[in-house]
Amino acid sequence: MSTDHNAHGGSDHGSSYKSYAIGFVLAVILTVAAFMIVSGHSFSPSGTILAISVLAIIQVIVHLHYFLHMSFAAGQKWNNGVFMFTVLFLFIMVVGTLFIMDNTAMHMMSR
Amino acid sequence: MAHDTTLADAHGHDEHHESPVVFGFWVYLMTDCIIFGTLFGVFAVLHNQFAGGPSGKDLFEMSTLGLETALLLISSITYGFGMIAAHKGKVNPVILWLGVTFLLGLGFVGLEVSEFRGLIAEGNGPDRSAFLSAFFTLVSTHGLHVTCGLIWIVTLMVQLAGTTTIPERMMNKLTCLSLFWHFLDIVWICVFTYVYLASMI
Repeated sequence: MSTDHNAHGGSDHGSSYKSYAIGFVLAVILTVAAFMIVSGHSFSPSGTILAISVLAIIQVIVHLHYFLHMSFAAGQKWNNGVFMFTVLFLFIMVVGTLFIMDNTAMHMMSR
Repeated sequence: MAHDTTLADAHGHDEHHESPVVFGFWVYLMTDCIIFGTLFGVFAVLHNQFAGGPSGKDLFEMSTLGLETALLLISSITYGFGMIAAHKGKVNPVILWLGVTFLLGLGFVGLEVSEFRGLIAEGNGPDRSAFLSAFFTLVSTHGLHVTCGLIWIVTLMVQLAGTTTIPERMMNKLTCLSLFWHFLDIVWICVFTYVYLASMI
């Protein structure tokens, strides 16, 4: 059993080190960029939020691809299906919550 | 043994989600993702309810945040190196990289605990305002997950110690922990962006 493992192992290692390194470098660049944008105060507040949001989304995708090895490969159909369901669920949940609570606050004039 | 061969064949192009155990763990991670997502929703609703108390700008320090982020990010790649060694079937490097990952994770938890202690000591605990309640709930849920990950790392190090091969079962355990650890890093990206940085603007 373990020999099977060792045998298959050789196939994708060269790319593995490389892919972890690429992922790590991208992650560091994106993180440092987000910190610099906030500490530099170069954008307007809403512009800063937008910029760090874009950086965060890109970084999440980088981590999903290079560290969690998500891809569109046929063998990952179920993983991706569950993932997409979770994203859709959270989108409805979080956007719905924000919309309703904001609307409530507005009608109660608590802001 | 025919079963093993199919597994081995599947490895080539489908490195990480090959086994039903790993898929089951992935489903668990997605439910965990829903927990964090809803806590982020709570924080988004309450993030400006200060009740006359301090805001994030007064409380958070860029240097601590940067250090915490760096520790977690580096621990992600050290775990990755551990997985590469595991795929090669080399036990000792796996234990070594798990150890390095453990120390980095421990540093992260230590920093977070000292940050929380400082906040509570100054009277800015979770009871101060709705903003701080949401902050402590979200960030400490992540911290607890990292702590569980640390316990898990030690468990696997103990199980690996003294062995010379990495059987399928152990490989699944290492893969699940890998998913868990990288997933926590993704949650941390959202935490430092929306909880810390967004409050410091």
